[in-house]
Amino acid sequence: MIGGLFIYNHKGEVLISRVYRDDIGRNAVDAFRVNVIHARQQVRSPVTNIARTSFFHVKRANIWVAAVTKQNVNASMVFEFLLKVTDCMQSYFGKVSEENIKNNFVLIYELLDEILDFGYPQNTDTGVLKTFITQQGIRTQTKEEQAQITSQVTGQIGWRREGIKYRRNELFLDVLEYVNLLMSPQGQVLSAHVAGKVVMKSYLSGMPECKFGINDKIIMEAKGKPTADESAARTGKTAIVIDDCQFHQCVKLSKFETEHSISFIPPDGEFELMRYRTTKDISLPFRVIPLVREVGRTKMEVKVVVKSNFKPSLLAQKIEIRIPTPLNTSGVQLLCMKGKAKYKASENAIVWKIKRMGGMKESQLSAEIELLQTDTKKKWTRPPISMNFEVPFAPSGFKVRYLKVFEPKLNYSDHDVIKWVRYIGRSGLYETRC
Amino acid sequence: MTDSKYFTTTKKGEIFELKSELNSEKKEKKREAVKKVIASMTVGKDVSALFPDVVNCMQTDNLELKKLVYLYLMNYAKSQPDMAIMAVNTFVKDCEDPNPLIRALAVRTMGCIRVDKITEYLCEPLRKCLKDEDPYVRKTAAVCVAKLHDINASLVEDQGFLDQLKELLSDSNPMVVANAVAALSEINEASSSGVPLVEMNTQTINKLLTALNECTEWGQVFILDSISNYSPKDEREAQSICERITPRLAHANAAVVLSAVKVLMKLMEMMAPDADFVVNLSKKLAPPLVTLLSSEPEVQYVALRNINLIVQKRPDILKNEMKVFFVKYNDPIYVKLEKLDIMIRLANQSNIAQVLSELKEYATEVDVDFVRKAVRAIGRCAIKVEPSAERCVSTLLDLIQTKVNYVVQEAIVVIKDIFRKYPNRYESIISTLCENLDTLDEPEARGSMIWIIGEYAERIDNADELLESFLEGFQDESTQVQLQLLTAIVKLFLKRPADTQELVQQVLTLATQDSDNPDLRDRGFIYWRLLSTDPAAAREVVLADKPLISEETDLLEPSLLDELVCHIASLASVYHKPPSAFVEGRGLGSSRRALPTRSGSQDILESSPSHGERSGVIPTQESLIGDLLTMDLGGPPVASSVPAAPFASSGLDLLSGGLDGLLSDSPSVPPQQAAATAAPSVGLLGDIFGLAPSASASYIAPKQMWLPAARGKGLEITGTFSRRNGQIQMEMTMTNRAMQPMIQFAVQLNKNSFGLVPAAPLHVVSPLAPNQSYEAVLLLNPTGPVQRMEPLTNLQVAIKNNIDVFYFAVVMPMNVFFAEDGQMDKRVFLSTWKDIPAANEVQYTINNVNLSADAVSSKMQQNNLNASVERRKEKNKNLSPKMVCVNLPGADPMRLRTLRIYRRYAGVDGSILRSKIRCHCNLSPWKNRT
Repeated sequence: MIGGLFIYNHKGEVLISRVYRDDIGRNAVDAFRVNVIHARQQVRSPVTNIARTSFFHVKRANIWVAAVTKQNVNASMVFEFLLKVTDCMQSYFGKVSEENIKNNFVLIYELLDEILDFGYPQNTDTGVLKTFITQQGIRTQTKEEQAQITSQVTGQIGWRREGIKYRRNELFLDVLEYVNLLMSPQGQVLSAHVAGKVVMKSYLSGMPECKFGINDKIIMEAKGKPTADESAARTGKTAIVIDDCQFHQCVKLSKFETEHSISFIPPDGEFELMRYRTTKDISLPFRVIPLVREVGRTKMEVKVVVKSNFKPSLLAQKIEIRIPTPLNTSGVQLLCMKGKAKYKASENAIVWKIKRMGGMKESQLSAEIELLQTDTKKKWTRPPISMNFEVPFAPSGFKVRYLKVFEPKLNYSDHDVIKWVRYIGRSGLYETRC
Repeated sequence: MTDSKYFTTTKKGEIFELKSELNSEKKEKKREAVKKVIASMTVGKDVSALFPDVVNCMQTDNLELKKLVYLYLMNYAKSQPDMAIMAVNTFVKDCEDPNPLIRALAVRTMGCIRVDKITEYLCEPLRKCLKDEDPYVRKTAAVCVAKLHDINASLVEDQGFLDQLKELLSDSNPMVVANAVAALSEINEASSSGVPLVEMNTQTINKLLTALNECTEWGQVFILDSISNYSPKDEREAQSICERITPRLAHANAAVVLSAVKVLMKLMEMMAPDADFVVNLSKKLAPPLVTLLSSEPEVQYVALRNINLIVQKRPDILKNEMKVFFVKYNDPIYVKLEKLDIMIRLANQSNIAQVLSELKEYATEVDVDFVRKAVRAIGRCAIKVEPSAERCVSTLLDLIQTKVNYVVQEAIVVIKDIFRKYPNRYESIISTLCENLDTLDEPEARGSMIWIIGEYAERIDNADELLESFLEGFQDESTQVQLQLLTAIVKLFLKRPADTQELVQQVLTLATQDSDNPDLRDRGFIYWRLLSTDPAAAREVVLADKPLISEETDLLEPSLLDELVCHIASLASVYHKPPSAFVEGRGLGSSRRALPTRSGSQDILESSPSHGERSGVIPTQESLIGDLLTMDLGGPPVASSVPAAPFASSGLDLLSGGLDGLLSDSPSVPPQQAAATAAPSVGLLGDIFGLAPSASASYIAPKQMWLPAARGKGLEITGTFSRRNGQIQMEMTMTNRAMQPMIQFAVQLNKNSFGLVPAAPLHVVSPLAPNQSYEAVLLLNPTGPVQRMEPLTNLQVAIKNNIDVFYFAVVMPMNVFFAEDGQMDKRVFLSTWKDIPAANEVQYTINNVNLSADAVSSKMQQNNLNASVERRKEKNKNLSPKMVCVNLPGADPMRLRTLRIYRRYAGVDGSILRSKIRCHCNLSPWKNRT
């Protein structure tokens, strides 16, 4: 199990050091600094073995969080845990920076004591932790309150406390999708997938049981609903094929496996209900067509056409296209039909921004790039053109069919709950090679 | 309020200042001071001098302060054990606190203080906390048992904490169950005896599976990891566990997913590979594995290293998922390299076009390592997918045209491999390669280029000039290049003797006279002599056909792969090394894991019960040695496990062990243990007596692992020796653990002490299909040349098949040498007994022999130990009145006229058998021969 946990700043100074096991000595702190943080080479692996001691690290901004062990631990667990630690710190005091860590070191030690016992991760849910790690010393808690805290930390429903009350029962669902694309210069899709998640904000009283319905093909067929073809014929909307999905720990997985139904008691407030991935029938919102011509040794011509490919009534926002330029660029002349384009020498790229763009439109940018004469033989590697955008629909075709709320003990019914659903499609890694 | 100021106090006299602040009356000031102490502790300053002052702050109702003091205590208690005792009272008091959070805090901290005196006081509070009404306290106490075990294992066992921990497995709270199972797993793994202290059974597994649905994500990981150590009793149980675990694949935590994958991969081994259940399960495994690739890069890395194993073990699972392993421009380098590896593994004829165009893209990237690997990958594709070879070669040529130095060098190295795989197909490109001769500066690339020139010397007009140019700086080249150059020039000479004589003279001189490297010199001399004595033979040797190179490179050894599959998700799977390679210490013997086997394929296991549970593991040197090897006193492999005792002659040590196998107490005693007992003589005769089933035949030792699959490139051999119808037989079980069939088996024995040679060629069913076993019996005749071995019964065996030649040494049991016609007159025996100096005598005592003297005698008779019973009054009345005289005429009289072993039993007395052995051995025949 985890033998110790250290946090360093970018210089390799220790900010936090907590040792859990006897086999980890103080010299481990230095070993990591010398061999990883101060190493001349770029980090080649997130796991390093130094003198039979294994170091796992994640680096966020300028902060290194490292776990140390001498045993054959579950490596995926250690990394998941380190990520949870950073999440946890973030939710307590905002950005994980050197300043914030120093300001909160007592809190961090208290947290580390709670969430890791003898190297075994314990409950890391921030919602629950915040109920009893408060940095306010000991509060005069009644016996009931204490019992409630402990049963919640260890309990079957560790993510929700009892006795929550709202005057207005309301819930919000955000379907957030990231479209990832890799396209060849000829317009062939090399790989495309959508990584989606459903984020729920629940403001519901009591211990409500929720049932969530989506247009997943398997679920719909299991439910004996008309098969995809039939319903498509009727409503014009097909069920989609979800390659894989993962759920927040509140979802009863065994029920999903056997009955294909998503049922859960939600945490209070915001949480990520599910994550999913689709690869089939993705409607790609944009297509980028690059044309690069090298005119002699000192000049290049680039033409980029961007086409939007969705319903004309919808509007895409925050469109940004990034066209990499060679390192020896000396000047760029730009001409674009829409939006603003700028050559950013520090980033070695032309950045073309368009605020809004309707569906089924097309726009074009042409650039003349002047190059300095160089004698290096090394060819420019032409990184891919990348793109960012946001569209108000789910590119995978994902649809929320229903979300039913049952609270048997309190007197509100499914109809009294106000529900909101929103779809957002964003670019993940959306790249076209040129 | 900002706490960062505590990090900046570095002035002198700080400790003194802190001391006064700690003793201050004001609570606020005290708290500030403790914070400062902790901050100094964090940055590595020694603040242990403040120990008493900090401990004084412990008695407080401020929880925050209390936690800080505890933190300090955990760090420094070990260096100040006497002072630490001051804290005990507070701990004990806190364990009674009405607030469960404080009770848990106290027991949690106490377990972390590794001071003996404190540990004593810990037992009572811990016992109470394990039964606490609050689950939060119970779950903390469960982990505390593991802490205590780490400090003092016997205390935990004596105080009955293990039983209490086991009870917690049935706790109503899932988190308590999870922590208890984590603690138990750790205790099991650390157990020094190698035997788990707590066995899992169907019931406990069921409890765990129930808790699995309800506990935290980490708890699920603990439970799954512990279930992965359990072997279900049959296929049905395995299936039902699989069914209950499959839903975990949809969990958001990658650790839960990977641990579930581990259990499933392991249990699938128990089922027929083509069963519907397995096929369905395989389908379910792919999507979650792919999803792991959209997590954070560090988690991706772990996932990819594991996928690499899974793809090798079950290629079908991800065969259609090639695209997800395409490298993204922004992936960290470690993710890129791993993805590349998996891409090559998944490459096949249907997707090769895509793979190649990707690889070509990667070969133009920036990172040198990555580019090199991409180029190498193109070569591997050519070798793996024959129809694509043409395209691969042209892609490589394109890359060579880029003239990027390291790309060119890497390309030449892989082109050499392509030439080996497809001889005489792509020579047309040699001229292009030659253009780049002068840019090559890495030994491997230079060596490869030289090999190509030598191999195709007859078609390269200026081959002699090219090689000569390399020869100029011969001394400065690395050995690898020098060797290649030597061979290449000799090849050239054999192909074009007319105009290259001078060149070959030159290189031979350089190699034999001017070099200090023995490899190079020897190779030079061999070539020289070959060329000068028999050029035709030289042609045959140097220009011989080369064996084909295998299609799959970089595959893990099947047995290592199996072991690693049992460690999916763990560090071992990230390093691709067994845990013993990077973990120190305790109880490693027990942590070796092996895949379960299907009931149908257990024939191997039955014949060798002692290693059944570690069939997938590379055995240690000791297990090769077998239970007979206590004799191998001087031999390096067991030197550590056998006490060195003075022996009068080699014949003696031969005996002391030679009989041990046949005599050791029970046939199932693991060899290491038998060998490790301080007095190897104790186990005498036990086996004969213990081995009831084979009472009518002579004793045959259980089969030993002779050649583990890891060393035999997939060929595994277990075997033993027996004596049937007056002839010595070598009985072997040969198992093919590799992926391709094996053919052309042959065997050869090195010269040995008894002149044993095979009486007939080795017959093995051919081909030996993957995972098939064959029982081979080889008759041995003692008619070959004799050479003295150390120890005498050592036998060196070479087994050959189409893959390679494998060498291993085995030690033969002594009893197979005893001839049937060794009867001897009693008087002759007695006089011979006296002839041998008493110094050659060894005495043994065996306990628990429940046989009469006659029975002993007849047992030994069956093993050609001709025993005669003699009754005689003993002067010493303490000895038993019965006396067994045994004479053991030497092994196969034909060969070893002069080795005589004599043994006299001092008596069989109830359950104790005492024996004396004298041994006489004339070494003259060996002296003559060596």
